[in-house]
Amino acid sequence: MLRAADIKKNFGDLKVLDGISLEISRGEVVALIGPSGSGKSTFLRCMNHLETVDSGEIWLEKDCMCRMTDGRVRYSSEAELRRINMRMGMVFQNFNLFPHMTVMQNLIEAPMRVKRESRAAAMERAKEMLASVGLADRGGQYPYQLSGGQAQRVAIARALCMQPEIMCFDEPTSALDPELTHEVLAVMRDLAEKNMTMVVVTHEMGFARDVADRVVFMSDGVIVEQGTPEQVFSSSNPRTMKFLQMD
Amino acid sequence: MVIKFFNNPEKMENLIRLLMQGVGVTSKIFFLTLIFSVPLGLAVALGRMSRRWYVNKPISFYIYIMRSTPLMLQLLFIYFLLPMVVPFKMDRFVAVIFSYVINYAAYFAEIFRGGIESIPSGQREAAHVLGMSRLQTFWRIIMPQAAKRSLLPCTNEVITLVKDTALASTVAVVDLMTMAKKQVTSSSSVEPYLVAIIFYLILNGIVEQVCKWVERKMNYYQ
Ligand SMILES: Nc1ncnc2c1ncn2[C@@H]1O[C@H](COP(=O)(O)OP(=O)(O)OP(=O)(O)O)[C@@H](O)[C@H]1O
Ligand SMILES: [Mg+2]
Repeated sequence: MLRAADIKKNFGDLKVLDGISLEISRGEVVALIGPSGSGKSTFLRCMNHLETVDSGEIWLEKDCMCRMTDGRVRYSSEAELRRINMRMGMVFQNFNLFPHMTVMQNLIEAPMRVKRESRAAAMERAKEMLASVGLADRGGQYPYQLSGGQAQRVAIARALCMQPEIMCFDEPTSALDPELTHEVLAVMRDLAEKNMTMVVVTHEMGFARDVADRVVFMSDGVIVEQGTPEQVFSSSNPRTMKFLQMD
Repeated sequence: MVIKFFNNPEKMENLIRLLMQGVGVTSKIFFLTLIFSVPLGLAVALGRMSRRWYVNKPISFYIYIMRSTPLMLQLLFIYFLLPMVVPFKMDRFVAVIFSYVINYAAYFAEIFRGGIESIPSGQREAAHVLGMSRLQTFWRIIMPQAAKRSLLPCTNEVITLVKDTALASTVAVVDLMTMAKKQVTSSSSVEPYLVAIIFYLILNGIVEQVCKWVERKMNYYQ
């Protein structure tokens, strides 16, 4: 459903992505692992059009984010890109909730402004989503009144309110105290069980092992190997082994 | 010091009435400057942050001029020199408002730019991945937060503006300062200055209270 082909991306002289190809099917949960600086975040950010690629193609089914023509990358129109963004949800490491809005306002802002839904309809879904992340009673609070775990669950709910077909997570638990990670991971497990298509950059190997359908190991801007969790976690590839031992 | 007003209720009343007229003109300068320079300042801030060099370079230059030369000189230039190059003579009051607006817009622009640039990029990114347009992101996400962060420096600027209105006397617009000066000259007593000081204190006392009130309004989040 989401297809990235031969993605290359440099920051100045630094080759961050050096030809990444990845295809994700509907309902699949993909865990993206790899050492720090290997380009995992950058890859995810390219998928969400937070960075532009230097070359390669990105497709969400029939919708094209960027493609190669005459050896050069060409991005689609602003409107088209927004349409693709709307079909994808993204959860950041440090939540990025809107601090000047209540939880409820955070949740209904995009559905109302972007999808032009009525306030009533947006609020109804928002309540549903809040309940599904276990925060039904927090709608009236401001982000600063929430714990990190709660804030991240709100961020997940906010993304879900746009009814995305695919959810991307960039180390959603890395900014949290260890005792709070499980409540976020539980929500993500729940999502996976409901057959949400997910791409998760994570250092939580337990989560990757238990929840992911496929584990992709990245290093130095390339995919070193990928497969089922069993395959990757028992890999004999020296780079993979080294990384897994370190963890 | 010769006491001429403080011991004569009739003269005192007359002085206060005259100075109140000055306060009226001062307030007019104050409000007109604010009403025009704040939105203009926002526009200038946006232009300053534009990625196109032919927008941001000229605007940087304009801000540089406005902040690096005395307001009094700018006022004199616009009142006396500009009419030599443009075919119309400027009304002195219009000249004052015009100078103040373009001067204060430059200061406000830098404050707004600081406020806008201090918003973490994650806010923009979160809005982007939710599909919000650039305009929606700016007005709904960035601006409300930037406004809060700009409030304190703006308060300082507004208080300075109250005092800067006194420069209008250099082109003989009859504001509070001019009026006080006139009374001092005609009476050869400095009492009108003392009264003027009290008026400025009252004006800025009000300004400060209003700013505090707005600040409290914006404190609904941290
Ligand atoms: N905006 C940027 N400008 C310049 N260099 C960048 C930028 N963003 C990332 N990089 C560099 O690109 C490389 C890959 O970064 P990226 O964040 O994608 O790694 P990562 O795999 O997500 O690492 P981590 O596990 O630490 O999050 C790093 O060397 C980083 O310093
Ligand atoms: Mg990262």
